[in-house]
Amino acid sequence: MTALSPAPLATPATRLRWAVADGLTLVGRELGRIRREPGQLIAALIFPAFMVLLFGYVFGSAIKVPGGGNYREYLMPGLFTMVTFTSVMAVTLNVATDAANGVMDRFRSMPMARSAVPFGQTGADALLGVLNMVIMAGAGLVVGWRPHHGVVATLQAFLLLAALRYALSWVGCYLGLVVKNERTADQLIPLVFPVTMISNAYVPTDGMPAWMRVVADWNPVSAATAACRDLFGNPGVPAADASWPLAHPVAAVLLWTVVLLAVFVPLSIRTYGRRGR
Amino acid sequence: MEEMIVAEGLHKRFGDTRALRGLDLRVPAGTVCGVLGPNGAGKTTAVRILATLSDPDSGHARIAGHDVVREADRVRGLIGLAGQYAAVDEKLTGRDNLRMFGRLHHLSRAAARRRADELLERFGLAAAADRLVSGYSGGMRRRLDLIASLIVRPRVLFLDEPTTGLDPRSRGEIWDAVRALAGDGTTVLLTTQYLEEADRLADDIAVVDHGRVIATGAPDALKATIGDRLDVVLEDPALGDRAAAVLSALAGAAAEAEEDRLSVAVRGGRVRLADVVRELDRAGVAAADVALRRPTLDEVFLRLTDETPKEAAR
Repeated sequence: MTALSPAPLATPATRLRWAVADGLTLVGRELGRIRREPGQLIAALIFPAFMVLLFGYVFGSAIKVPGGGNYREYLMPGLFTMVTFTSVMAVTLNVATDAANGVMDRFRSMPMARSAVPFGQTGADALLGVLNMVIMAGAGLVVGWRPHHGVVATLQAFLLLAALRYALSWVGCYLGLVVKNERTADQLIPLVFPVTMISNAYVPTDGMPAWMRVVADWNPVSAATAACRDLFGNPGVPAADASWPLAHPVAAVLLWTVVLLAVFVPLSIRTYGRRGR
Repeated sequence: MEEMIVAEGLHKRFGDTRALRGLDLRVPAGTVCGVLGPNGAGKTTAVRILATLSDPDSGHARIAGHDVVREADRVRGLIGLAGQYAAVDEKLTGRDNLRMFGRLHHLSRAAARRRADELLERFGLAAAADRLVSGYSGGMRRRLDLIASLIVRPRVLFLDEPTTGLDPRSRGEIWDAVRALAGDGTTVLLTTQYLEEADRLADDIAVVDHGRVIATGAPDALKATIGDRLDVVLEDPALGDRAAAVLSALAGAAAEAEEDRLSVAVRGGRVRLADVVRELDRAGVAAADVALRRPTLDEVFLRLTDETPKEAAR
């Protein structure tokens, strides 16, 4: 056998380099999985495009956009946001699967940086998110959606969504580390629907019962949707006297992003590194 | 001899369950230690602590002199871990898995590739290397799991029930692999419920029950502690009582009878077969078969675990 001896202890600089390298290796792992099983990726990408058609033409035939305008133009920011939020469940499922089948224990027993696994998982999801957005935007353009405020504002909207998605993937990472089993994670998936539904993503909130409207207005899904409508120049931008998160949607989304990252990055890394069982 | 694995007074409880109750273990460098015990004896908990996956409530453990809690990173660089659950990525191929683990051990891309090829070849997985692991048989998965822990040659290898649930042929393949590693000088700690496995692979056995080591020794030494057994098959079962009296007198222990079979424990060298045949003949008992045999490790194990006080289970 080749005499490969165990690596010696390293300086802090080397350790940082290794942590980054380990994280990238794990991102590469996710990409490798996609390469071996492209069917899953295709399904994941087609689903949002399918939603565009379904919601756009089924709901669109019945719903009147406040202030007038094309329903599909109204809908697209909501669908972008919904797809952004699904990353929570995707990452939860991936992390829980690793925890359940022992791969995570192997990682833990190796001289790897404790942060590499969470960073790898969330980093891979970010790449997937970019791809998702491209497909969605393509589908949107086909059904008549257009950004109206120029390249800069459009990019800002997508960057905002990417940042939010990255923060949400850390929520998913934490949930996955806590549930530690794929079946439970699977059962959590439907929960993402009420979260995205009780919002302004698909329908105006005006008609909702008062209590639900409060929930919807403060739902980060609503803020993200409103921010996109604002930046894309799509119909349905809330009035200036709306509740704070809707009157200042970009600031609200940035705030959500920062808070989620500040809470769930350290929480995930600590939970991953905790040794108990 | 240098001690590669040392555990002293390990305690661990999960809620109301006391998984470990003062476990002590010493494994000299370059040997194979078989940790034998029934389900729930604390074997996996002990391995998880030694492999830095879990902290003990009290007690200490060292791998090659490094504390598993305070110097966990150091320890992680010295150990390999393979277990009853194949800890590999099912959605990757065997080769991709090994390359990934190689990269995570900070081998260069080229070195990780070379090492993966070499291990796949050596452990007979080269033909399946480019198939998804989800399509592997249980035995192939377990073998991949084992070689994934050998990417950087570990000083200490932990194998937690590596053959549980495998068919006899796959089990044999894992055994061959473990023997080859031990031959290379790797210290191996192997937990198992299979007595035969410990018997075949281990230099020393630690019998664990209720979170404690209740006996240690080489397999033969453990067998010697309960002595040989004398088995007699009678031609006429009706003479069982008479034959039992003869055997009990010879062996100095009570004979157990079951239909036409009698069995009695004998301390080493105390009874000669010729004497047995002659005494039975003198009593007028015809024997169809008389045999003196070493006890199986199963008998040793049952005896030892039976002696552990029952209230210790609580």
